[in-house]
Amino acid sequence: MAFWIIQILNGLSFSMLLFLVAAGFTLIFGLMKIINIAHGSFYLLSAYIGLTVLRATENFLLATIASSIAVVLVGIAMQSLFLRRFYMKELQQVLLTFGFVLIIADLCLWIWGGNPMALPKPSLFRGSIWIGSVVFPSYRLFVILVGVIIAVGLWIFQEKTKFGAIVRAGVDDEEMLRGSGINIQMVFVGVFGLGALLAGIGGMIGGPFVGVFPGVDISMLLLALVVVIIGGVGSLRGAFVGSLFVGLTDNFGKALFPELSLFTLFAPMAIILAIRPTGIFGKIEE
Amino acid sequence: MKVAEIFKGPFLLPSFFAVLTILFPFLFSNYYVGLVIQIFIMAIFAMSLDILVGHTGLPSMGHAAYYGVAGYATGFLCLAGVKNFWLVVVLGMGLGGLTAAFFGLLAIRARGPYFMLITLALSQVLWGIAFKWRSVTKGDDGLPGIGRPEIGMGIDLKPDLYFYYFTFAIFLIVLVALFILLNSPFGYTLRGIRESESRMKALGYNVWLYKYVGFIFAGIFAGISGALWVYYSGFVNPSNFGVDLSVKALLMLILGGSGSLFGPSIGAGIIVLLENLVSGFTERWSLVLGIVYVTVIMLFSEGIFSVFKRGRN
Repeated sequence: MAFWIIQILNGLSFSMLLFLVAAGFTLIFGLMKIINIAHGSFYLLSAYIGLTVLRATENFLLATIASSIAVVLVGIAMQSLFLRRFYMKELQQVLLTFGFVLIIADLCLWIWGGNPMALPKPSLFRGSIWIGSVVFPSYRLFVILVGVIIAVGLWIFQEKTKFGAIVRAGVDDEEMLRGSGINIQMVFVGVFGLGALLAGIGGMIGGPFVGVFPGVDISMLLLALVVVIIGGVGSLRGAFVGSLFVGLTDNFGKALFPELSLFTLFAPMAIILAIRPTGIFGKIEE
Repeated sequence: MKVAEIFKGPFLLPSFFAVLTILFPFLFSNYYVGLVIQIFIMAIFAMSLDILVGHTGLPSMGHAAYYGVAGYATGFLCLAGVKNFWLVVVLGMGLGGLTAAFFGLLAIRARGPYFMLITLALSQVLWGIAFKWRSVTKGDDGLPGIGRPEIGMGIDLKPDLYFYYFTFAIFLIVLVALFILLNSPFGYTLRGIRESESRMKALGYNVWLYKYVGFIFAGIFAGISGALWVYYSGFVNPSNFGVDLSVKALLMLILGGSGSLFGPSIGAGIIVLLENLVSGFTERWSLVLGIVYVTVIMLFSEGIFSVFKRGRN
């Protein structure tokens, strides 16, 4: 019983981390149809910057703010200086973002070296909590809480605010939105920045338990891809459900069949693609 | 036809390159011979991807999947003591095609960016399996110590010089095979689908089936390059499945021009040379390469020849 509770909580906290990364990816894809291969690089960059700020200030909140500002600036620069020129040219966009993967990964390797590192947990959540007869690190519960709060925040943003309405309209019919006098480039930049921010927060939140190391950018990208394919690309609800599914499956897969954990992800993805090519909550193409 | 006429017009450049390629090892050192071997193999890989990208209009982002599958098959067979090249390469092609047949079922129904996303994810999963399944694949370390194969006819492929002519021959065979395939009614149908899928459907073509068969052909030809690369480099590891390889092939197509016979090879040549040049003089070659990618796309996103075309207009 204790095994199951711990594994479920572990899986849930990992799910919420995946949600942060995948939600940004799916927002960007849903609006601009950009496959941002550099999405995992935001995670990487944010975690490293956060680590440096943490070492200097020992303040987790301050580190999160600093790293968030940094990745949002990088994201905005990527969109407004580079990707903007290649709107709807998927191949060029992919190659550009891949160039950024190389640049960011090598800069990080240069500055922070190749050894795996973990961010120290925020001082408030260093301890453990008793849940019935099970001891569980409180940080993992904090991660679950952050994930849920951000999911609710994104839902309110998308459904209840004007900017959210503009984004939804852009996903449905970008030309009409342009025609109604909205500065679509500003919307694109905003959404790209938001996507980068979410992945950046992911890096800070994941830093203490997944860690940060060369290659984590591509691993995170892979997991985010599986999440959005299962949940349906462009859908936040899909990203949430997909993250829960992938996080739990991955965790149990790792615990029960350590070497074959990727098969346990691959099989459901293949089945869903076979039944519903656009994912559980994806729009069905005509 | 006079002999001199053969060397005029469309045959001039190819025959110049053919002569240069044959004489090349006598003019340049072993290092450059190795580079040209890499160019041949990458050209086969890029050409196989071009069946999808340039001819069918399917921008696959996971082409390394078939390259990697054939590469690992080559590695396992070689370590199991199978030395015969023809047996290995046929199996590698078969496995590449089989993987494509499976992935194609899942990916072909999607279009445009969705198709790209799915092909990327499928190939990345193979990368992950190669990385994690340590007891079989040795994980990140990969399988080292793969020797050159035997091809019969008393030719020893161990020296790079012989392997050079061997890959050149395979490259020519693939070039001719693709030329025949893409100039057949099948090839014309693929380009018809690229131009207008709905029109081809209205004309009564089974569009899905044509795309699917094209997808499998691309996997088969990618398998050849995957096997050759493992024989050339002597080892195979998860990077043979890497997203960087799939993306690199796309860059080759954009640079050299997709949908043409020699375009992919030209792109492959540029990228391989560039990579080796850059990694030769700086430790931060990955960073420089990233900048090169970005610069190339910003300046030559319509292909390296677009600059000349622009000038002409």
